[in-house]
Order: sequence, then structure tokens, then C-alpha cells
Amino acid sequence: MNLAQYVGRSVGFSVAEVGAVFILLCSAARRIPKALKQKHLVVEQMLRIGVGSIPLVLVTSVFTGGVAAVQAAYQFQNYVPLRYLGSVIGKSVVIELGPVLTALVVGGRVGASIAAELGTMKVTEQIDALETLAIDPIRYLVTPRLIAGIIMLPVITIFSDFIAIMGGYVVALIGLGITSHVYFSSLKLFLDTLDVFSGLIKAIFFGIIIAMMGSHHGLRTEGGAEGVGLATTRAVVSSCLLVLITDYVLASLLFRGVFSR
Amino acid sequence: MDQVMIEITDLKKGFGDNAVLKGVNLRVRRGETVVVIGRSGCGKSVLLKHIIGLMKPDSGRIVVDGVEVTALAGEELIEFRKRFGMLFQSSALFDSLSVWENVGLGLLEHTDLDENEVRRIAREKLELVGLTQVEDLRPSELSGGMKKRVGLARAIAMDPPVVLYDEPTTGLDPIMADVINQLIRRLQTTLQVTSIAVTHDMNSAMKIGDRLAMLYGGRIVFEGTPEEVKATQDPVVRQFVEGRAEGPIPIYEG
Ligand SMILES: Nc1ncnc2c1ncn2[C@@H]1O[C@H](COP(=O)(O)OP(=O)(O)OP(=O)(O)O)[C@@H](O)[C@H]1O
Ligand SMILES: [Mg+2]
Repeated sequence: MNLAQYVGRSVGFSVAEVGAVFILLCSAARRIPKALKQKHLVVEQMLRIGVGSIPLVLVTSVFTGGVAAVQAAYQFQNYVPLRYLGSVIGKSVVIELGPVLTALVVGGRVGASIAAELGTMKVTEQIDALETLAIDPIRYLVTPRLIAGIIMLPVITIFSDFIAIMGGYVVALIGLGITSHVYFSSLKLFLDTLDVFSGLIKAIFFGIIIAMMGSHHGLRTEGGAEGVGLATTRAVVSSCLLVLITDYVLASLLFRGVFSR
Repeated sequence: MDQVMIEITDLKKGFGDNAVLKGVNLRVRRGETVVVIGRSGCGKSVLLKHIIGLMKPDSGRIVVDGVEVTALAGEELIEFRKRFGMLFQSSALFDSLSVWENVGLGLLEHTDLDENEVRRIAREKLELVGLTQVEDLRPSELSGGMKKRVGLARAIAMDPPVVLYDEPTTGLDPIMADVINQLIRRLQTTLQVTSIAVTHDMNSAMKIGDRLAMLYGGRIVFEGTPEEVKATQDPVVRQFVEGRAEGPIPIYEG
């Protein structure tokens, strides 16, 4: 076993699997028009992703914004005036911290729950039972989760951006003595709609990753409770890794390709 | 009435080194009920799963109503399954849905009936299997025998022309088992349902089967009417039907 294989195996992702995931993604995407006709399935998944994630994202985001403020103030020392704090926090949150941390938190929570639910259905023959009722499991189970991921990740990311910026604001106001006016005018000064837009593009990709990793590992579950546990772990680990890798790829494409022109 | 509905030809299936089906041949006529008997682990459930296309054979073919199931895949296969109902050995109820939604899911998905109508049909099917006032419960709140009957109600909810029963009476008390036997019989006589039932319950097998087929060593080794089964001198069938530990069938497999 070479290093690449070893790493691949430990993170639960092999080259052969990339193909399988891609096929599953295509099948799920092809069924989007059909799945949209059954709104209740999609709405149910949206609520499960959204409502459950909000407290978690709230806490993560407040502290992320706070840390961003403290760190930026430390790095500014003597080089950059503190009145630019707002724009630095705003940019880093909207472009990077908001989407990525949201995806990691939601990926842990939702990726795991999708994998556990579908995995349990697989090992208890419920997926087989769906098929015997002439119901396509991909259309019924995977596509609604994919649509919900695509819609909800950007929504939660906007929420997270807002909370993180407010977290930074609280630290700036109380800890660093920056006034509201200074913080928000500097925020407005440099924050581009393109920045927000790029963050949301990332969030859409992250939503796809989380839904697909949960579904893929869930549907491949073998064995019993142990298999479900394994599927859950793999879903979380692989979605977190893919989020970070995709973040790098998208950052390179968006900022070196499109926006630099 | 002598038209063949299900034709299984030389079906072979193994899992790794474990050859389970070694060339199964079986024909079921339209409107007929065939009961497959055989020891635990001999591949009865695997056989049923092949007929409905949940498993793919290593070789051999299955034709149902003129369509080769073993050649179907993807959406064609899913569409074809509308002709089937299947009761799983493990019941396999959807644990995130209520009992009536379990029974009515096929109707909700494939017909334009509204929720009240589906609920009414579900209640009707549940009554057929002797269950009332359970429709709003979750499967986790039911006993094993109740789950089995909900599974049966789900299998027949769409009035499919072919029904596969995997141990329909296991886990039921003798009275309820007889209710289910009669129901299976009635579906056949009134709706001309074609079915294959798997069971260990010889009493039930004799009551519901037009013919019995014994699966042994990966093949169908005996086929006959309940009378023929009672009269046969075949030592393997005799030992199984009489439930004796002594005889040609080895107790330990290896
Ligand atoms: N998905 C599977 N993967 C590997 N082996 C399997 C699988 N399903 C069944 N088998 C094997 O196939 C053989 C037959 O299993 P099957 O479930 O058909 O038995 P059965 O005749 O229905 O037994 P029982 O009466 O106890 O239900 C067993 O040896 C089992 O180990
Ligand atoms: Mg079985």
C-alpha cells in the first residue's frame, strides 16, 4: 500500500469511488424536475438542514467573528490603522470563513444524519422495499437532499456571515474601542457584492458535496450497526475534506481567473 | 388458465465462495400459488429477490408475464415492479412513516388519489389483515406480528397481479396465521393473483399452495400438489415435511 492509497483508505475515499459519486450526482441531478413536483419531500429536508443547523452555526459564527477581530487587531499593530478592521473582517468572513465554517459544521451534522438514515434504511431492507413499490430511491431519497443542500447552504451561509460580522463588531466595540460608525463604514467601503457572490457560489458547491457524501456513503452501507457507524464517519470525513479541497480550487478559479481580469 | 406467468430458467447465484442457487427451474401459472419450502439458509429469500429484480443472477433468466426481468435495469425495472407486491421476511417497514403511510405510499406516489382517499384504502387493507386503530402509529410501536401484517397490507395495497410472500405467517399466533392463510387464498380466488410464497410453516404451505416446491442444495428437488407431497416417498421431502432430525438432510452445512 503506498501513501496515497493509505491516505485514501483512511479518509474513506478511493479513485473508484469518485466515479461512483459522480454517477450518483448525475442521476440525482437528472431527477431534479421530477423531485420538484413533490415539494413536501424537499421542504422536509430543507427544514431538517436549516432549522437544526441554526443554533450550531450561530455559536460558531459569533466566535469566528470575534476571533477574526482579535486576530486582525493583533496583526494590524503599527502597520494598518484599526479603522480598517471592519472591512478586513467583512471580507474574510464573507469570502472564506462564513462559507467554509458553515459547510464544516453543517457537513458534520447533516452529512452524518443523511448517511445514518440512508444506511439504516439500506441494512434494514427499506431501500429494497421502496424499490418493490416501484419508487426510485434516488428520486425519493437523494434528489430532495441534493436540492435542499443547494438551497440551504447559501441561506445558512448568509446567516452565518451576518452573525460573524456582528460578532466581530461586538469585539471591536467593547474590546478594541472602535465606534459603530467606523466599523460599519469601513465594512461598506471595501466589501464588494462580488465577494458575497463568490462566497455563495462556494456554498452551493458545499451543499452539493454534503448531500452527496451523506447519500453515497449511506446507500453503500453493508452489514449492520457497525456498517452504519462506518458510513457515518466516512460521510463526515470525506465531506469535510472535499469542502476544503473544493474551497481551494474555487478560490483559485474565482479570484485568479474571473475577478482579477 | 394454463398460461405461464413466472418462468425461472437455470438460475444461478453465489456470494463469493457460497454458491446458493445452483440452477433453479420453476414455472408458475397465471393465478396459481406456489409455495417454496426448504431449510433455513437454503436461498428462498434470495430466490424471491431475484424474481423482483432486487438481486442480479450470475446466470439464468426469469421471465414474468412475458418480460425478461433479468434483462431489465434502471427505470424500466422500476416501472416493471408496479406489477408486483412483495412482503419482506423482515417486514422492512419505513420507520419514518406512520402505518397508514407505509401501506399507502405506493398509492401516494403513483396515483392522483388525495390523502383522505389513500388513508381510507390503507385502513381497508389493514382491516383485511386484522388490524384496526393502528394507522397513526409508527412501525416501532408495533409487535413483530403486527409489523408482518402491515407489510402484507403494503404488499397488496395496489392490487398487484403478482405477489411474493416471504414467510407470511411467521411470528403470528395460530388463529391470526389462519386469517392470513385465508386472505392469501381469497386474493387468489377473487383477484386471480399469481403468487410465490416462502414458508417454514407446513400447515400454512398445505393450505395456501396449489403446488409446493422444495428448494434443496441450490435446486428445486421436488414439485407437487399438497396431496402429492403427503404421498411422496422422496426421503428428503419426507424428512422436511415431517420435521425429523434423522434422515438424508445434513444438520450442519459446510
Ligand atoms: N446479501 C447477501 N450477501 C451475501 N450472502 C447472502 C446475502 N443474502 C443471502 N446470502 C446467503 O445466501 C444464503 C441464502 O440466504 P436466504 O436469505 O435466501 O435464506 P432463506 O432460505 O431465506 O433462509 P430463512 O428461511 O432462514 O429465511 C445464505 O447462506 C446467506 O448467507
Ligand atoms: Mg428467508
